[in-house]
Amino acid sequence: MSSTVVKPARDGKTPKINWARAEEAENFAKTVKLFRQGKIAPDSFRRFRLQHGAYGTRMTDDYAMVRIKLPAGEIYPNQLEKLAHLSEAFSIGSAHVSTRQNIQLHWVVLEDVSEIMRSLTQVGLTSREACGNSVRNVMCSPLAGVCDAEEFDATPYAIATAKFFLRNPLNQALPRKFKFNFTCCEKHGMVRMTDVGLIPQIRSIDGKTQRGFKIFLGGGLGNKSFVGHQLEDFTPEEDLLYTSIAVLRIFDRLGDRKNMARNRMRYLVDQMGWEQFQNLVLKERAIVRATQSVIVTLDIDNTPAKISNLIRISGSDGKSIPDGFSRWRKNNTYEQKQKGYHSISLTLEAGDITANQLRALADICREFSAEGYARTGFNQDVLIRWIQESDLAQLYSRLLEMGLANPGSLTMAHPVGCSGTTSCNLALTNSHRLAKEIQRKFLDLKLDEDNDLRDSSIKISGCPNSCGQHEIATIGFFGGGGRNDKDMYPVYQLSIGGRSDGETMLGVNVLRIPAKRVIPAILKIIETFKADKKPNDTLKSWIHKIITGHSDSNTKSIADIKKILLPFTVVPSITDDKDFYADYGNDSTYHTKTGKGECAA
Amino acid sequence: MNTKPIIDADSLRSLLRDNSVRVIDVRRKEDYKKDHIPKSVNLPLADLLSDDNPERVLKMVQSLGIDDQTPVVAYDDTFGALASRVAWTLQYLGHGDVSLLEMTYGQWKSLGLETDAGEPSIGTKTHSMTLKPEIMATADYLEKAKENKNVTVIDNRERLNYLEQHIPGSINIPYRTLASEDKILRPKDELKRLLQNRGISDNVEVITYCGSVGTLSGLAYYALKSIDHQNVKLYVRSFKEWKNLNKPIVKQENADYWDLSAE
Repeated sequence: MSSTVVKPARDGKTPKINWARAEEAENFAKTVKLFRQGKIAPDSFRRFRLQHGAYGTRMTDDYAMVRIKLPAGEIYPNQLEKLAHLSEAFSIGSAHVSTRQNIQLHWVVLEDVSEIMRSLTQVGLTSREACGNSVRNVMCSPLAGVCDAEEFDATPYAIATAKFFLRNPLNQALPRKFKFNFTCCEKHGMVRMTDVGLIPQIRSIDGKTQRGFKIFLGGGLGNKSFVGHQLEDFTPEEDLLYTSIAVLRIFDRLGDRKNMARNRMRYLVDQMGWEQFQNLVLKERAIVRATQSVIVTLDIDNTPAKISNLIRISGSDGKSIPDGFSRWRKNNTYEQKQKGYHSISLTLEAGDITANQLRALADICREFSAEGYARTGFNQDVLIRWIQESDLAQLYSRLLEMGLANPGSLTMAHPVGCSGTTSCNLALTNSHRLAKEIQRKFLDLKLDEDNDLRDSSIKISGCPNSCGQHEIATIGFFGGGGRNDKDMYPVYQLSIGGRSDGETMLGVNVLRIPAKRVIPAILKIIETFKADKKPNDTLKSWIHKIITGHSDSNTKSIADIKKILLPFTVVPSITDDKDFYADYGNDSTYHTKTGKGECAA
Repeated sequence: MNTKPIIDADSLRSLLRDNSVRVIDVRRKEDYKKDHIPKSVNLPLADLLSDDNPERVLKMVQSLGIDDQTPVVAYDDTFGALASRVAWTLQYLGHGDVSLLEMTYGQWKSLGLETDAGEPSIGTKTHSMTLKPEIMATADYLEKAKENKNVTVIDNRERLNYLEQHIPGSINIPYRTLASEDKILRPKDELKRLLQNRGISDNVEVITYCGSVGTLSGLAYYALKSIDHQNVKLYVRSFKEWKNLNKPIVKQENADYWDLSAE
């Protein structure tokens, strides 16, 4: 029925790529019904569900987590608004930004998942292949295109790779999940901690410049973690797709399909030895290059992004700069290589954001960002780029109104915490809440202001698997259960010295700290560092020297750190300290309880 | 009952031009006084709820110039939930022609539709009272009915509240699920599909409830009525009473879902 009542559409940039397929929603709804009627076996239903981006939920078959893929983290205003609506309609009124640039909706009734998919198609988003044994969200540094250390913008290559593999028959039944990470530069990336990591490089031969990548293979975090190996000095851009296909084909052919706990590609590389694997990749690539049809190419859209010249109607008059602005500016903004422009990073708590905040973010992208959209980052964060310097104070005021102006995003005061016992079947502890508690404490103590801590990180997983990426943290934790006679208490294994930059290494285990002693233990490490450091030391460099045997301070070794922290491991009796035996966010006494994991499904 | 549960803005505007409708604004008095849909009268939900004894409500309705034949339309600025509760109360009294406006007052205004600050002068009318127990559920009724396979109990509170505690056997459809982005209720085909996905067939009896006074679940009542679901009852005293009566409650155990919220 036609109506005189029509609301004008909001302006703003709209997505360039439609990742969605409408028929998948309908198919999902039908399949759920068949599963409920017992016409589909649970195992095949689980595979199907994961392939479509719906993950299981802690201790129940009634709910799912829907993981929405954002290739290169790009998210447009209308997509943010859609997610806001979907989080209220079908989830808990908040959404979660993951460490792999996805946005997740938790505690969705399984029967409603298809409705979410249907709505996502209206804004060009998909959850397809966000879980399961497929090529997962293709990541790209959120600073790609604006980073002053990058050689060129890798974003179009990340997007093209995502486009090529999404729904590609090559990647529908891999032995296990498979991850691509593009970066801008060494510092902002995570290229050695993934199946395929890529750093853009420009080579010049005979005066001609050529684009290409440094490619790292076989890295990854998990129950057993490995650092990736560099394939060759330089991989020219025309070999990018051939190399990707070659690696995927080898993994598909030789990857372990039986031992589910050991079937990521890094185990294959480890078993075979790097040199043999490297040779295999180079040979396979030659075959791929010779046999692929010429029409199989990456669809790389290198047209420069449209940067609008935003004219602010009511610009800041410079008189009323809100309190806290300079603190926020120091620790949440990044000066772009494009003069006069900044990228800003939001300090979320463990990646959680409310529906109303998502809506505000959409408006902020429209009003303040010259590129007109946002990008999710690697640390459960969101970046808005292309902000004019003169707009920063006004933008800060807007963020304040929305509760999005917490300082510290680009510092140690922004810990990562996996979902833990809030929703994950495998979790042993509430790592998610612990990350929030640490952040609140750090901001209270203004530790985000401390330059010595700036380049350090805290990352927490709720179990020995590494969704919280604890092994690449300066201070990392993974959860477990401790026991005092008959009583259990939550405890974390502490590791230190992990990093994911050019000198990537895994953290070294120190000792187990009870959950309720984690915050004082972190503060004790910082206190020791402060007393001990040489003038140029940061916490990160001080720890690095200790664990690599090059300490020039009083703290010489892991054993010394352990000694300092031992008092925190003392276990009180349950009558003396009941709180010790309860995890964060839960008053009742602690028991480890896990369901079946789906990582390996 | 031949009520058309939802009325669109254009139809309401033409009824207003013909002076053949009584529009009830259920917002607070001070909001109403600022501006409202032209010719509408004010019945703040809080006034009605302070004592919703049918005798008293009947007097209120009569004083608003409503007789048995007056078409009534209710609106609010709270996603339709408060208006639903008022509309449902009228139906419970036996009024046969009451509808919800398809949008909130905020949406109405954002479309640039007519508003007015004047209050219409109205005379009291006479309305009969024929209570409709078939659209209301009491705690005792619900407790027995929920054991019946042909009864579906729907909790319309937000997901986290539902996970924390709910009536055993109830399913959760948060009130936000019912709305579209610019209307208080989704289009019929979408609502039908949502219920089909949840396995709620046309012929079951549905009982809706929410936190305390039957507003969110009132909206769900009208969502179901908008797709012609026959047998719907509102548990009007809702979960607050249920808990006070120490009736059984269940919880989603072993997960700390509250900590996922950024509120």
